[in-house]
Amino acid sequence: MTDTIDEQSNAGATPLRLPNGLLVVVKRECETCAMVVPVLQRLVASHGVTIYTQDDPAFPPGVPAIHDADLGVSWHLDIDTVPTLIRVVNGSEVERTVGWSKDAWRSLTGVADLGDELPVMRPGCGSKSVDPDLVDALQARFSGSVLHARRVEIADAEDEAEAMFDRGWTDGLPVVAPTEARVLRMLTGTTRTPGDIVAIVPPDLVEVTVEKVAINAVMAGCRPEYLPWVIAALEAICTSEFNIHGVLATTMPVGPVIVCNGPGTRQIGMNSGMNVFGQGNRANLTIGRAVQLVVRNIGGGRPGGVDRATHGNPGKISFCFAEDELGSPFSTLAAERGIAPDRNAVTVFAGEGPRCIVDQLARDPHKLANTFAACLRTLHNPKLVLAFDAVVVVGPEHARVFADAGWDRARLLAELHARLQIPGADLVRGAHGIAEGVPEHLRDVTLAKFRADGLLLVHAGGGAGLFSAMIGGWANGAVGSQPVTVEVGT
Amino acid sequence: MSSIILDPSNERSVAERTRCERPASLRGLSVGLLDISKARGNIFLDRMEERLTDIGAHVVRFAKPTFTKPAPIDLRHEIASQCQVVIEALAD
Repeated sequence: MTDTIDEQSNAGATPLRLPNGLLVVVKRECETCAMVVPVLQRLVASHGVTIYTQDDPAFPPGVPAIHDADLGVSWHLDIDTVPTLIRVVNGSEVERTVGWSKDAWRSLTGVADLGDELPVMRPGCGSKSVDPDLVDALQARFSGSVLHARRVEIADAEDEAEAMFDRGWTDGLPVVAPTEARVLRMLTGTTRTPGDIVAIVPPDLVEVTVEKVAINAVMAGCRPEYLPWVIAALEAICTSEFNIHGVLATTMPVGPVIVCNGPGTRQIGMNSGMNVFGQGNRANLTIGRAVQLVVRNIGGGRPGGVDRATHGNPGKISFCFAEDELGSPFSTLAAERGIAPDRNAVTVFAGEGPRCIVDQLARDPHKLANTFAACLRTLHNPKLVLAFDAVVVVGPEHARVFADAGWDRARLLAELHARLQIPGADLVRGAHGIAEGVPEHLRDVTLAKFRADGLLLVHAGGGAGLFSAMIGGWANGAVGSQPVTVEVGT
Repeated sequence: MSSIILDPSNERSVAERTRCERPASLRGLSVGLLDISKARGNIFLDRMEERLTDIGAHVVRFAKPTFTKPAPIDLRHEIASQCQVVIEALAD
């Protein structure tokens, strides 16, 4: 694969077939070039030297010169100083000297008395092809690279990882250096072209291209086949419905929780089982991390800047997992949200860290639902209702209790909602000695803990353990964040 | 060999790090003197070295290979890693 990449990256950098003999690159603006004009005139007469002039096509006077108007010859010859004198044999460079050195020019040309009237040595001037204002454009034009990101040079005495920390490009963990070869390899994971705009990323509202996503995906540690998932998650969080700006800016401890569905989750080796939220799975961890690096590096969303979280949570480095579809007695989250079963999709949810729901005794679905409801009731504050959604991640052993009783997804959600209807008297401010709560005028109203579509059900986790999990959300609906599901492209 | 990486940022700010704050005193600091290799620059820098040493600075001398080109990135890194302050001399 590396060979393919290298060929691709150098596709436009075909070596020039040079005219045999002597070749000189000059520009009129350079005093040293002007000084050597008599030498050039003599060499044209005696050797037929080929002269490339960078600025003025009429320079040097009195001799034929080729105008290197687009600086393509200079770029391909890697000229950094003018004049540069090159000796070419069989179409290839065999020797060069830069600036004026009487000895070097005499040695290279074989003309023993060349430049008798000139000083022994005179340094040259900078080539137009290394002019800082032009060099990036020349690189893009002549290197054959499809990549347009700014190149950053890291000294060999400098540590790459430290250099990237210093520039503020990491989430606090080391990142993989995004070299051109690695980024090109990453781009093989998508059919989209590098210049395609994926999304406009808050808070700075910057367009992010597929190329920039790929760069950040390399840094996060992704494999190429993860890239479409990263792209889909970015498309999802950068919608006005999901509102990543608000999710970032809030003082609450939430970040994008990415739930992945579809056969592709298994093809790329995502974890939906044991330790599903934990360490150890590359796809889970790096897809979520790449998304957050894009928010940081492209969107400009950083802790202490627009990110104002009071505590944050470890999932703000990465919180991404797959639903266990094959082992699930329920329909999938993506199917519930309108995605065909054979398609890949991501659902993004503005969530805090997961909390465990423990019930090791219930073998009856009603009793187990009672436990779920009691735990869900406490989310954020037992007396706050309707303002927050939640993801309920049902572990396989708990799911079996519901499935054995014939409960499907809709039944389980209905049973939970039924148990989470709370009398206003228990919720009003001051009730039970707790200041937090709903306004007094709601005392006689029964209120739901969650809005009707405010519970998202996912099946995931290891096969042993009578546990489930809940992930609390942020302000929901139009004022906050809506869960968003997006199909994963190619 | 230095390496080239692709900028992961939105490229709205320069990739280089920001300049350090100016020190209140040079006493005890390592001061790099960078000779750009132009004629007679060393005469100016020799005098600078005397003056800086007199006020308690530790002087480290560096030279660019040629004044016609920017200092190589490895030289810049060497200076940055050894010195708190650098003085670059232009001369003609």
